[in-house]
Amino acid sequence: MTAPATDTAPAVVQRGSFELTLRRLLRDKAGLLALAFILLLVAFALGAGVVEAWTGHSAFEQYRDTGLTPTGMPVGPGAEFLFGTDGLGRDVMVRLAYGARTSLTIGLLASVLASFIGVSIGLVAGYFGGWADIVLGRTMDLVMSIPVLLCALALVSVFGPSVILSVAVIVFFSWTTIGRVIRGQVISLRQRDFVQASRSLGAGPFSIMIIDILPNLSVPIIVYTTMMIPNGIVFEATLSFLGLGIVPPAPSWGGMLAEAASNSIYLVAWWLIMIPGAILLIATLSFNILGDALRDALDPSGRPARKRRKASKP
Amino acid sequence: MATLEARNLNIAIPTGDGLVHAAQNVSFSVEAGELFGIAGESGSGKSVLAQAILGLLPTAEISGEIWFEGRDLLTLGSRDLQKLRGAHIAMISQDPLSCLHPYYTIGSQISEAILTHKHIGKTAAKRETIEVLAKVGITEPAERFSHYPHQFSGGMRQRVMIAMAVALNPALLIADEPTTALDVTVQAQIVELLDTMRRELGTAVVMITHDLGLLASVADHVMVMYAGNRMEIGRRSAVLAAPAHPYTAGLLASSPSNHAPGTPLTPIAGQPPSLLVRPGGCAFAPRCAQVMPICSLERPPERAFADGSHSICWRESKAPAPMAPVARQTGTRAPVEAGAPIVTVRDLHFGYPSGGPFSKRPGVEILKGISLTLARGRTLGIVGESGCGKSTLARVIAGLVPASSGAIEIAGQNIAGLDAAQWHSLRKTVQLVFQDPFGSLNPRRRVGSIIGDPFRIHGVASGAERHQRVRDLMATVGLNPEHYNRFPSEFSGGQRQRIGIARALALNPSLIIYDEPVSALDVSIQAQVLNLIRALQEKLGLSYLFISHDLAVVRHVSDEIAVMKEGRIVEMGDADQIYTSPQHPYTKSLLAASNPLPRLKGAS
Repeated sequence: MTAPATDTAPAVVQRGSFELTLRRLLRDKAGLLALAFILLLVAFALGAGVVEAWTGHSAFEQYRDTGLTPTGMPVGPGAEFLFGTDGLGRDVMVRLAYGARTSLTIGLLASVLASFIGVSIGLVAGYFGGWADIVLGRTMDLVMSIPVLLCALALVSVFGPSVILSVAVIVFFSWTTIGRVIRGQVISLRQRDFVQASRSLGAGPFSIMIIDILPNLSVPIIVYTTMMIPNGIVFEATLSFLGLGIVPPAPSWGGMLAEAASNSIYLVAWWLIMIPGAILLIATLSFNILGDALRDALDPSGRPARKRRKASKP
Repeated sequence: MATLEARNLNIAIPTGDGLVHAAQNVSFSVEAGELFGIAGESGSGKSVLAQAILGLLPTAEISGEIWFEGRDLLTLGSRDLQKLRGAHIAMISQDPLSCLHPYYTIGSQISEAILTHKHIGKTAAKRETIEVLAKVGITEPAERFSHYPHQFSGGMRQRVMIAMAVALNPALLIADEPTTALDVTVQAQIVELLDTMRRELGTAVVMITHDLGLLASVADHVMVMYAGNRMEIGRRSAVLAAPAHPYTAGLLASSPSNHAPGTPLTPIAGQPPSLLVRPGGCAFAPRCAQVMPICSLERPPERAFADGSHSICWRESKAPAPMAPVARQTGTRAPVEAGAPIVTVRDLHFGYPSGGPFSKRPGVEILKGISLTLARGRTLGIVGESGCGKSTLARVIAGLVPASSGAIEIAGQNIAGLDAAQWHSLRKTVQLVFQDPFGSLNPRRRVGSIIGDPFRIHGVASGAERHQRVRDLMATVGLNPEHYNRFPSEFSGGQRQRIGIARALALNPSLIIYDEPVSALDVSIQAQVLNLIRALQEKLGLSYLFISHDLAVVRHVSDEIAVMKEGRIVEMGDADQIYTSPQHPYTKSLLAASNPLPRLKGAS
């Protein structure tokens, strides 16, 4: 009987949950790639001024001499204009950078606001149940059954297009998703013994919701908020495309696509559709992939893909 | 030739934390028709062994040999293993409900298993199914054939699982905790059925359990596992009556049935080790009462004893009884002066009204007229099987759910008509300790804040004073105050239950309601917690309401016992009296069904 050689390092590293999450995230190549692209995009948006200074082109100025061919057509990607110019001779790259600023701001702002509203309403509906749940639950159903674009069109025609209105419309139509998820989670959490324990200590409903339940919702909140950002970006692009979002000449991705489509200029200048379209596509894809990766990293138990067994902790 | 033989089996499972050494150098053999028991605490690697035999650990690194009917299972491909599983090796798991498909009738599920491995017609398969259902004791098997799993009770479902397992007359049956999810009275029937099956069919049975008492009546051979190591193996009579390894002896000694009621138990100190590290010496050395210097330095050798048992230990002789066993006698507890009642419950009813505001379904009544009194400084034990309403009773008395009718007085105050402020202050008097030490602590909060919650909620102490009082509480329940900033997941089950108790003690309550406080814990840890609960009562003069399904545990801590069945108290009285001369037939059947451990030598 040969006794196997014993390990010499007796120290078991007790890894914190943050470190474990990070380790799992680092193993996810697609998620890392998505994160890298998002960081690049954020740098691009924040550095819009730098891009402007480096190229020497403003986002609004029309470069009729250099930015347009003698026949008045836009110039394709080249040394002077890296991503080409649009129909009015403006630099597409600089406009993209400023557009990224708008898109990311609206996407982030809208998803944070929507998740704040969704979490609050989901918490109340789930924790109190009964009539509160019936009323709030039906409200969510009601909001979900409103035709989004029709409603947006009506609102814009009444109030006129603006950034604030875009954000408000996006928030109004996207809080229900996270609201439902949170409501379901809260219903199962409030049955848990630790909530009962807090109740038996005399804690009030507000204290239980904020101190006991909310921290346990951090995973769905992080994941769903991340997943809502691309929705916000696409929604803003849709609104701008329809002329209901950002007012031209302020640059926005949806607006740029709309301009390219409106006078069929994309038939001769492919970069006007391809470049903003590709960035929009990759940005939304990246946020979705990152959201997926975050969920896998934060809550590995939900994924049966890799067989793992929990070791007894020291 | 042995039906199953494992030789020098090593199993290592890769996880996010590193390699878990779930089995180290384990060898055993099971003869045809034998009932082989594998006992061990949670995390000892006993279930992993079963999975390795069935080839269900695709990611694990396994070395050694597992011989079954002349073939080494570890060398077989997945197709060959699949042919063996079901037909030659069958498995029964802990939870029959999750193993039966809810959409198919039990008859079709069993016939399907038969048809997969045998080439016979459908009618023949049905006939065989009905035969095997009758064999496992299901009445009217022809009729039950077309019933769905949810139409069976827990015990009956486990019978169906056994029927499915033995339908193909396998050579080996692996039962992984087959009775853990069942009530005591049903447990005995299932064990008996397994015993009959292997005698009738000659099937070798490997029974995996944490409950040594369960093996005491039926097993031929017993193997005791600890931290992936085979500590001791031998005939049941040898291992359980005269244990060779200090661990086995410690396990037996920590059971409440080996102690006079009211005396401190003899727990095994410390916590089970991590399986991530392979210790240089004996895995049990840090907790062993008879530890020698060599134990933690070198791997212990295997020793054979005259009675045929083998142990892996540096000691050359059998383990001495770890303590001078207290002679069992009744009435050792000093009669406490029965003071004014702290709790009085009169004709308590509780029911769920219906399925919702629009439902016309009649309500379900859980508690049907409970009356009881608990005097200050005493302990009332409440015993009953699952579904008898004992946990609901705890929640109603704690005021977490309102009673339908009846009166509850706590310290002379009726809890029904309290306003918010009175309710808030009553919380200081009554505290609850929950069954599940994993579920009752908020996983996202630090231990310091969890224990400090009562102070926060009642605004008693804050800042440095709260910090100090939390540290004092942690010391009182035997936790290291340095662990103030840890999360609950960093503690073991027993330590978590200590955290729950510390939280309950924070406001100096007069009454603590324990709802199955030790049923989720291993025997050796259970003894530590029971000792703590006892010591606290003596020190602080607390009154306890102690709810459990385990008669031995309840008897150990209680002055009085109430036996509950189907929402009623069927018998109530002095603890010893209930234990020694039960009156109600249900109490008698409960007592008969519990498996007392064999007495250690010297404990008359």
